[in-house]
Amino acid sequence: MIPRQPATIGRPELALFLARFRTLVQYRAAAAAGFVTQLFWGVIRLAILAAFIDGAPAASPMTPSAIIAYVWLSQACFAMLPWNLDPEILALVRSGNVAGELVRPLGLYRQWFCRCLAARTAPPLLRGIPLLAIAWTAGDLPLPAGVATAAAWLAALAGAALLCATFATLMNVCLLFTLSGDGINGLMAAVVTLGSGLILPLPFLPDGWQRVLEILPFRGMVDAPFRLYGGDLPLTALGSILAHQAAWILILGAAGWWLCRAAERRMTVQGG
Amino acid sequence: MTCAIRAEELRKTFRVRETASGLGGTLRSLLRPRYREVHALAGVSFALEPGEMVGFIGPNGAGKSTTIKILSGILVPDGGTCTVGGLVPWERRVEHVARLGVVFGQRTQLWWDLPVTESFDLLADIYRLDRARAARRRQELVGRLDLGPLLDVPVRQLSLGQRMRCELAAALLHEPGLLFLDEPTIGLDAPAKLAIREFLRSLNREQGVTVILTTHDLDDVEALCRRLVVIHHGRLLFDGDLDGLRARVTSERRLTVDLDGDLDPARLPGVTVVAREGRRLVLAFDPATVSAPELIARLAALAPVRDLTVEAPPIEEIVAGFYRGLDP
Ligand SMILES: Nc1ncnc2c1ncn2[C@@H]1O[C@H](COP(=O)(O)OP(=O)(O)O)[C@@H](O)[C@H]1O
Ligand SMILES: [Mg+2]
Repeated sequence: MIPRQPATIGRPELALFLARFRTLVQYRAAAAAGFVTQLFWGVIRLAILAAFIDGAPAASPMTPSAIIAYVWLSQACFAMLPWNLDPEILALVRSGNVAGELVRPLGLYRQWFCRCLAARTAPPLLRGIPLLAIAWTAGDLPLPAGVATAAAWLAALAGAALLCATFATLMNVCLLFTLSGDGINGLMAAVVTLGSGLILPLPFLPDGWQRVLEILPFRGMVDAPFRLYGGDLPLTALGSILAHQAAWILILGAAGWWLCRAAERRMTVQGG
Repeated sequence: MTCAIRAEELRKTFRVRETASGLGGTLRSLLRPRYREVHALAGVSFALEPGEMVGFIGPNGAGKSTTIKILSGILVPDGGTCTVGGLVPWERRVEHVARLGVVFGQRTQLWWDLPVTESFDLLADIYRLDRARAARRRQELVGRLDLGPLLDVPVRQLSLGQRMRCELAAALLHEPGLLFLDEPTIGLDAPAKLAIREFLRSLNREQGVTVILTTHDLDDVEALCRRLVVIHHGRLLFDGDLDGLRARVTSERRLTVDLDGDLDPARLPGVTVVAREGRRLVLAFDPATVSAPELIARLAALAPVRDLTVEAPPIEEIVAGFYRGLDP
């Protein structure tokens, strides 16, 4: 047996992430379609919100420019949200090709986390950057108020990407217990899009809802980073946003890791 | 490192949900699901010494893949014990698979979208291989399996035979002392099968890799394995060499003769005609009743013989006869 190379912590994980990332970046047609869809929905959402506040501008919980920032940024990052199961993991589990991952000397949770992190970062980069470019030039999306705001936004965005990947991994692990992804997919789409603020920015929701959503993890995926960008949240909120994200990454990560171990022990790899 | 395998009384039962037909049946099975138990393994025991190459054969559904999955640590048995190189595979899976190569003939373990060479790089990272040594090993495997022209091709574009050669290389990059192959030659054409057999033979002989392979193709077993294990309905029914299996089924031999004249086989006692094609005659005889030299002498006295061979019946017939003996 070849001796292992010492001091290469993270080497397998990084390699898996990069391989998957590179593969996803090659899916140009999907990216183009996603870009057009996101652009279209961005325009629709803005029109709906405009009609919403036109009735009583003073009562609006957000300024128009903060709303524009919120909508365009969340459209650009739509593919980052963990609103669906990884179709490839679904296929792996159904066909039993997950056997190929199980015979590698790396826990299944780590392998799937790497997959999910790539899936939650490559497509949004591919679609989001052109979308932001258009929104900045043609869609009157304001630039961040300063370097500090931009840096805070990027930091919260990185936390959001990790949080999204951790949540996605947990959902994919649940698949090991059911084999059928339909139920999980439906639930994820509903909870994530509503809870993260994608359907309606969270400040528009009733107070009671907001108090619950304040605690749940989804706020860290869209709402918090984008309100930082638009100035709706002060820069001083960054610390608590990152802490909220980190706490949920730990909780969801531990839950996923533990469930995955339990699943591996009772799992029956399909097919001969 | 010794990688001997010891399996004792391995059992695995799957619960398969029964779905009755028709709308009523569907509703009933929704409300009160009914399960059927499939005893995939009903107590299988065997042991392997380091350096052995053993062929597992058995009809579809016999339990071959289930055995390989348990030995690989990806399926937990319901009963029995098993150690591979001192470890219980499913209890220490990550450690266990690091010294193991596995190929499932019916699935791919390469990355479908990546060129072969990138799959190999990725594996070197996953197994944390020393880069220089991994590069040497890879060169060796590429040479032996003739993968040079395939390296830049995405896996999805490979033919089955090409892919299987790549799968073998991928399973061996980390120099495992143990190789499990579940139907490695399934669906391959004759040249591809020969190439893979040749490679496996040298791997076993020259590098002493312990190999378990399951197969439907009995030529694989005949060409590669001195030892043969027959599994049927989740039980191990035979464990020994091919001659031993033959002896269990029949002692019959076959004599094929090309004649230059006519012959009435009825004039040869103790012989049955298996096939007759022009002037070629295939005769079956039992060496206990009539020995081969005796038979040939009698034959030569009756008609001019141009050519002749004596063989045991083909392995397919032996195995078919063995299965027939099991299900009366
Ligand atoms: N995941 C599974 N769920 C239910 N039944 C299974 C499963 N895997 C295998 N079986 C059953 O177990 C038996 C043995 O299967 P297998 O080991 O794949 O046979 P072989 O590889 O010898 O053809 C078969 O009857 C098969 O239907
Ligand atoms: Mg099988």
